[in-house]
Amino acid sequence: MKNVGRSEKCFIICAYILLALLAIVTIVPLISVVISSFVSSAEIARRGQFILWPEEWDVSSYAMLFRTDRLYSGYANTLFVTIVGTALSMMLTILTAYPLSKKQLRGRSALLGMVFFTMIFNAGMVPNYILVKELKLLNTRWALVLPYLCNTWNMLLMRNFFYAIPDALEEAAYLDGANQFQILLKIILPVSLPSIATIAMFYGVSFWNAWFPGVMYITDTRLVPIQNIMRSIIISATGQLEDMGLMIDDVRQQPNAHTLKCAAVVVSTLPILCVYPFIQKYFVKGVMVGSVKG
Amino acid sequence: MARMAKSGAAAVSRLTWRRSFRKYWMLYCMLIPGVLWYLLFKYLPMGGIVIAFQKYPPFSGLQGIFNSKWVGLKNFEKFFKSVYAARLIRNSLVISLKKLVVCFPASIILAILLNAIPGVRYKKTIQTVSYLPHFLSTVVVCSIVRTVTSTDGGIINVIIKAFGGEPIFFIGSNDYFQSVLVVTELWKTIGWNSIVYLAAMTGIDPELYEAATVDGADWYHKIFHVTLPAIAPIVSLMFILRCGELLNAGFEQVFLLYSPSVYQTADIIDTYVYREGLVNLNYSYSTAVNLFKSVVAMVLVLGSNFFAKKLGQEGIW
Repeated sequence: MKNVGRSEKCFIICAYILLALLAIVTIVPLISVVISSFVSSAEIARRGQFILWPEEWDVSSYAMLFRTDRLYSGYANTLFVTIVGTALSMMLTILTAYPLSKKQLRGRSALLGMVFFTMIFNAGMVPNYILVKELKLLNTRWALVLPYLCNTWNMLLMRNFFYAIPDALEEAAYLDGANQFQILLKIILPVSLPSIATIAMFYGVSFWNAWFPGVMYITDTRLVPIQNIMRSIIISATGQLEDMGLMIDDVRQQPNAHTLKCAAVVVSTLPILCVYPFIQKYFVKGVMVGSVKG
Repeated sequence: MARMAKSGAAAVSRLTWRRSFRKYWMLYCMLIPGVLWYLLFKYLPMGGIVIAFQKYPPFSGLQGIFNSKWVGLKNFEKFFKSVYAARLIRNSLVISLKKLVVCFPASIILAILLNAIPGVRYKKTIQTVSYLPHFLSTVVVCSIVRTVTSTDGGIINVIIKAFGGEPIFFIGSNDYFQSVLVVTELWKTIGWNSIVYLAAMTGIDPELYEAATVDGADWYHKIFHVTLPAIAPIVSLMFILRCGELLNAGFEQVFLLYSPSVYQTADIIDTYVYREGLVNLNYSYSTAVNLFKSVVAMVLVLGSNFFAKKLGQEGIW
């Protein structure tokens, strides 16, 4: 910062301060929820509703949450949807994106047009619902997977990745007598592993975070995903929490409703927060590629 | 993009259908699952849109689509004559315009600030923190909004009380609901949306800044004469894309936060479509309202893309 004038130094200092403020505003709500989830009802009774820092860290609301079967079935459903969904999505996305990245393929423009149209026009909620119902998928985990398998945006991103691979790489294998399927499997996929990881994470996070499909297609309580369970805990009044088996008779051990709700947020977010540091840079890379070539 | 594809195809020697099939039959086989999926899950439901022009009884299945009575545009008439039409369109537009006015410049300002500071580690940390909300589900974000604005124990009302104010039930008040949506959107998207601008800024030649310094330019000169002109193309493209989304006021977010007491300012077309369709089981009516929205949204996207090209941008395709 040798050559900069005084006003520019001022500006840079202001920038530092503003950015710090932004970071604080972003992180404080999250931390406040985490802290609230560890406050015991006894302490709330003694010190009032809002406690900046608990005197004792209390895990009774977590104990309560993990005592209910619904939480485990919620995790199981969401894990199934996320793992199976991401795997199938990747297969479908790669199989569609690779041929569409071939310039010489006849009919490619027509297929691309067909894919594009779905990005700007959607059939709407009720027709989609009727379709899933008629396919007899209501109240199955597949209703949360099959209609969401191919995300057009991700597919086109994948196609752009394939597009960028030099043709020479394939030509050599082609001359050696490999067919297109072998080329895709043995040449294209290994060199595009980072891009595949990026797209897989896009799918994984969106399957994990999906909530509305559960609202539309699932009424069976054993099949409800974790996001929907968390949602119903959050909006419940104390009486409804009892119905869910989340409140117990012994008032002294009873976690506070607010505490319980905060714990529910933490429990459903924790897996995402755990993988966040690792997947963040892939995501950023994906967005950048998308913005340059999209 | 389709345009680019065409010029690309013209550059390479064009195959006849027969030769293309013979050479690429495996590629065509690979496309089968994808094409079937698009036909089944994207195009087949579009056929179901006909119920917007029918009196389709719920639970009548597929036969219902073929057997229902045709009513022409009655469902649309019903919508436009109801009190809902004006309110829903107004709320959808007002909410997304407010979000646009606040969130759109905010990401650009964030990118400029991040670009201005020399500390690399500091910059990385701020970026990591500000991207975080993007990864949280809408349910979690809205749950956090509910807990921090809660009137018993939420941090915001605790602060208001500490300064002697009365606690405010933000998400239950017509005065505050839209502001809650805007702030939530800002919190969730400001960091993430700044990425494209930062990417554009990395392409700026550092010599431009040095030359500006030598010429005695101040920091605001650099922003207005170096940084902003360099990102102007991507800014105008993003702006146009956002304009194409004007009818999308954020369905999940509104749905997760609103309640009947704030329908006046919170109810948007999508939430109404959901209630009428899947709660009240007025399938035909709901589909008609949905179709109205889809068509207007499509016109907006196509129109904004058209403008993007007029302005010399690439557009989305």
